Amino acid sequence: MNQNTPQRRRERIDRGIKVRCQGIYSLMSWREMTYITAPRAALIAGLLALPLVMPGMYWQRVISIVCIYALLAVGFDFLAHFVGLVSLGGAFFVGVGGYLAAILNTAWALPPIATIPAATVIGATLCTLLLLPCLPLRGVYFAIVTLMYPLFLARVIEALDILGGTDGIMGIDGFGGRWTEQYAVIGMLLIVLFAVRRLVNTDIGLVLRGVKDNDQAIRASGMNVTRYKALAVFITAAMGCMSGAFLVHIYMWSGISQFALDFSILPIAATVIGGGGTLAGPVIGCLILVPVSELLRDFGTLRIVFYALILVAFIVFRSEGIMVYAQRKYHQFERWTQV
Amino acid sequence: MTQAPLLQVKELSKTFGGIRALEKVSFDVHEGEILGIIGPNGSGKTTIVNGITGFIRLTSGQVLFRGRDIAGKPAHKIADMGVTRTFQIMRPYYSLPAYKNLVIPLFSPRARRTGGWRGGGRLGDRHTVGIDILEEIGFERDSHVPYKATATLPTGYLKRLELARCLALKPEIIICDEVFSGLSMSEIASMVPLIERLQMDGITLIMIEHRLRELFKVASRVMVLNFGRKLMEGPPAEVMADARVKEAYFGSREVREVMDHA
Amino acid sequence: MDILVYGTINSVSLALYALGFALVYGTSRLPNFAHGALFVLAGFITWFFLNSLGLPYPVAIVLAMLVTAVIGALIYQFILVRVRGMEISEIIASYALGLAILEGLRWGGFKGMSYTLPVFIEGSFAVAGISVDYQRLLVVLIGAAVVGMLWLFTHFTRIGLALRGMAQDERAAMMLGIDSDRMAVVAMGFGSGLAALAAVLLLPLGNIVVESGYNILILAIAVCIVGGLGSWMGAVLAAFLIGFAQILTVVYLGSHYQMVVALLAIILTLILKPSGLFGRQKELEERV
Repeated sequence: MNQNTPQRRRERIDRGIKVRCQGIYSLMSWREMTYITAPRAALIAGLLALPLVMPGMYWQRVISIVCIYALLAVGFDFLAHFVGLVSLGGAFFVGVGGYLAAILNTAWALPPIATIPAATVIGATLCTLLLLPCLPLRGVYFAIVTLMYPLFLARVIEALDILGGTDGIMGIDGFGGRWTEQYAVIGMLLIVLFAVRRLVNTDIGLVLRGVKDNDQAIRASGMNVTRYKALAVFITAAMGCMSGAFLVHIYMWSGISQFALDFSILPIAATVIGGGGTLAGPVIGCLILVPVSELLRDFGTLRIVFYALILVAFIVFRSEGIMVYAQRKYHQFERWTQV
Repeated sequence: MTQAPLLQVKELSKTFGGIRALEKVSFDVHEGEILGIIGPNGSGKTTIVNGITGFIRLTSGQVLFRGRDIAGKPAHKIADMGVTRTFQIMRPYYSLPAYKNLVIPLFSPRARRTGGWRGGGRLGDRHTVGIDILEEIGFERDSHVPYKATATLPTGYLKRLELARCLALKPEIIICDEVFSGLSMSEIASMVPLIERLQMDGITLIMIEHRLRELFKVASRVMVLNFGRKLMEGPPAEVMADARVKEAYFGSREVREVMDHA
Repeated sequence: MDILVYGTINSVSLALYALGFALVYGTSRLPNFAHGALFVLAGFITWFFLNSLGLPYPVAIVLAMLVTAVIGALIYQFILVRVRGMEISEIIASYALGLAILEGLRWGGFKGMSYTLPVFIEGSFAVAGISVDYQRLLVVLIGAAVVGMLWLFTHFTRIGLALRGMAQDERAAMMLGIDSDRMAVVAMGFGSGLAALAAVLLLPLGNIVVESGYNILILAIAVCIVGGLGSWMGAVLAAFLIGFAQILTVVYLGSHYQMVVALLAIILTLILKPSGLFGRQKELEERV
């Protein structure tokens, strides 16, 4: 080694306050408690305040759409990073939930407050049953089948001309007012985010992570892998169906465009950009991606090119995502040391 | 040995697309004993483990556990009955700390019924029970070892973790697929008393092994496999003296002489 | 009888769609979800050479195939190689690239029905009372020739044998001195070239439209999964299976169902026999 050019290496060291905040010690003082709660509080308060600061109806609508995509993205992140099943078919859940809500609303005149939970539960059950035969598949194979499901269902509706065919179902009730609409969606997103974060840290969440790590060991421990996968798919499908139901009531219309690839790809892009495996990351990803794609609406299909390229850039060069990067900066500092 | 055997394996056969991995292998395992299964590479030892525990579909044959045929049942049902196994290539949950590895098997229906190892029918907090099991299997409770990420543990601890996963189910039989392989002499030396203690606690063990010396110390009977067939079965001393076993392991006398000269 | 004729033509078209995808996946285990986009891109490149640069048709075709092959190789060399081995990232990255290409073409003004390529030979002839134009005959003949050449290529040439070696055991191939990354670039180039070949053969039968990129990707995946991912002979056989099934549904049920058949075939195959009809035993372990 040449002595004149000493080798340097970047070191990452946990901040003192992060170390002091571990476990019960986080309750030591207000400073520690603030350190822990500030980022979470910022996200919650930020989301709740968003509709108030948005200029005009149009951008408030965009916020609702952001939350709907965020629900999907959290579902994708949960299934991909905590259970190990990569579903490329988010649109399948959206479509099923959306059509169910539409049918319940138009055929039985149920109000949104009844159709959304009903569509969530019934839709998730339906999706889980339909996906049940694919659950033993792994990796690419599961991904490809789930990619096919929404296309398949869309073609079936088109071909059989059922459920309104290509026109879709119209005349669906909207939410009472725009504030109800937005806070319903935002509140639901926050509740789901909180619930999923809790879930992955319970014992059953550990079992699900075990399924991802090593399903053979799960079988050797006397547990039915398929049952746990089905449970996880049910949870994800419930989130997807719920977002579908919200979507239908927001647009007051349900059609085969709900099976469109947008609902499959954008949540994945948001997860990649926001940081997979963090659950909050996908929400941040959606907060960035959806408004950006709205801003680029004038450029037509160029916006799809744009977000496809962002996605490629992130997946190739920055696969950790924003959230992981931010966490690292928040918890650690870096310095150069000589080796 | 007057009572009926705990596990009866009858004419087990398995073919992998034309290759006969196992051919009509039969043996009995009695309650509380340690049965060793040895044989050269490719003689079908791991296939027997996979076959008994339902990880592969058997071509033909019966496996009777307490008189009930378990052949063809799914792996998780067999494990649920108390017939557990370790993996030759360890399969821990690498992304979790060691003690959380045990939370997962403790979540299983069998662990909830039995309370886990020493649970006496009641399952306490899974994290605590998990650490108790780890301590008993050789993880020092007050050290940092049980809390370390599994991926950073050395092989010796991973092998113990495999055993611990079986213990979490309060098993009746543990089928150990080469728990000694890849360990240093001192690690094996501490593993042998552990195996003996498991036997004293009433667990029946089937040990697939390459480390014959250690195996012969603990095993009450040894079965020898060669090319998917059962070559012989008997007490360790008898097996050690048998000419056919030597031949299977080292080749025929002529080959051995050539090897000795080389 | 017409079922037989149209079934054969349709099957060969499907096989042509799928061969490039199957070749890339078979050798480098890379699911190239940009396949459909490369197909459409090749069509537009040919059109561009022919109409904007005024090159003679055969030159335009050959150049377009080369350009597409180079683009495919570059995509692998600079982008996909970085996510190699991470299956999901491969899928997402290649799909996003395909999306970018297709939507970029649409933005660039290539939309509508106005883009067509001329057929190679005008006119048609009759087989058992059904008129078949020469282009379709050419598709069948060249399709068969391509399958034959691929077989010769992978069995008797150095590169072909290296590709097969990689397909069977990448690590062993690397130990024998085969540069797996370079071979994957070659495979990707070949696969893209095959997509371009399929494009110039089949596009004269219709219009060049961006939307068909998605359908072609789905059809290619359907054929490859039914045939067993990674086995391109299986893909050829599966192409005939799906090809005839599609024609039969069109005749007896209506053309709406044509796509449904392909999707149903994928789902059923993956559920019933995940290794595909002609997949190898070994791979089953990885899938299920």
